[in-house]
Amino acid sequence: MIMAKPKPIEEIINEIKNFDKVLVAGCNGCVAVCEAGGLKEVEILASALRMYFSNQQKQIEVGEVSLTRQCDKEYLAEVKDRIGNYDAVVSIACGAGVQFMAEMYNKMRILPGVNTCFIGVTDEKGVWTERCQACGECILASTGGICPVARCSKRILNGPCGGSSDGKCEIDKDVPCGWQLIYERLKELGELKRFEEPTTAKDWLKSRDGGPRKLTKEVSQI
Amino acid sequence: MTYPSNIRIVKVPCTGRVAIIHLMKALEKGADGVFVAGCMEGDCHFQSGNLRARKRVAYVKQLLETIGMEPERVAMYNLSSGEGPRFAEICQEMTDKIRQLGPNPVRFKGKRKEKAA
Repeated sequence: MIMAKPKPIEEIINEIKNFDKVLVAGCNGCVAVCEAGGLKEVEILASALRMYFSNQQKQIEVGEVSLTRQCDKEYLAEVKDRIGNYDAVVSIACGAGVQFMAEMYNKMRILPGVNTCFIGVTDEKGVWTERCQACGECILASTGGICPVARCSKRILNGPCGGSSDGKCEIDKDVPCGWQLIYERLKELGELKRFEEPTTAKDWLKSRDGGPRKLTKEVSQI
Repeated sequence: MTYPSNIRIVKVPCTGRVAIIHLMKALEKGADGVFVAGCMEGDCHFQSGNLRARKRVAYVKQLLETIGMEPERVAMYNLSSGEGPRFAEICQEMTDKIRQLGPNPVRFKGKRKEKAA
C-alpha cells in the first residue's frame, strides 16, 4: 500500500492561517492503514488545529470528513454538497488523492496534510518499509521475490556492488544490501545459476522515464 | 482520604482504551488538565494497555507543544488499584500543577490569566 507521513502541524497551520473555514479530509484507504490519514488522524488534526487557532484568538471552523477513498470520483462526490461551505481543504490522503480532489473541485484550495513516501508493507506495528517502486515491469521472478529496484539503493540489476559489506548497504549500516538478500534467497532456492548470466538492461520507459503513466483495461470500461 | 472535588473521573476498562483523541477532546472541550491513571507497568491484565497509554500520553504532550500549549496539561501515572491514598495524592499533585499553569487557554479563548509561577 501507499505510505505517507503527516506533515509537521506548523506547516499545515501556515498554509491555512488565512482561511476562516477549513475542511480536514481523510482517506480510509492506504493512509489509514499507515496511521497518517484515516478517520482517527482527521479527528486528531482537526482538534489540534481548533485548539491552536482558539489560542490565537482566531475564530476558525474546522470540519471533519473521511472518505472511503480519495482516488475514486464516486467517493469524492460524497462531499460535493458541503465542500462549498469551506474556504480550503486539508487533504490527508496520498498525493494521488489530493490531486484528484483538486481536479474534481477545481475552484477549491486543496492543501496536502501528509508527505506521501512510498509503496510498502507493515513490517511490524508502527513500522513500514518500502518494497515496490512501481517500475512498470516486474522482475521479481528472476530475483527470488526480492526487488533490486526497490531494495538496492542504486537500483542496479546485477549486484551486489562494492558498497555491500557484511550484508549491509554502504548508505547506512542498518539498511540491508538488497542484492545480498537476493543472493541468500536464490541460494536457498537452489537458483544461484541466475548469477551466471547478467541481467539485460531494463526498459525504464515503462517506469517514470516514459512520463506520466496510464492504464486501461478495455473490459472494465463502460 | 480525600481528593480535590474538581477531578472528574472517566472510567475505562483499561488505559489501553484511552486513545489520543480522548485526551485531545478533553482539552478541547475545556478540561484544564488530564491524567491517565494506569496500573503499574508490568501488571497490565491485558499485558500492554498501560504501556500503550504511556506512549499516547507522550504523543499528546508533543502535539500540545507544537500547537503552543503546555505539555504538562497531560500526564500518565501508574499505581495499583489498592493504592487509594496514592490516588488522592496524585489528584492533589496534578491539581496543584495545573493550578500553577492556569486555566485551559482554549476554554477561555484569549482571556487567559498570567501563569501563577
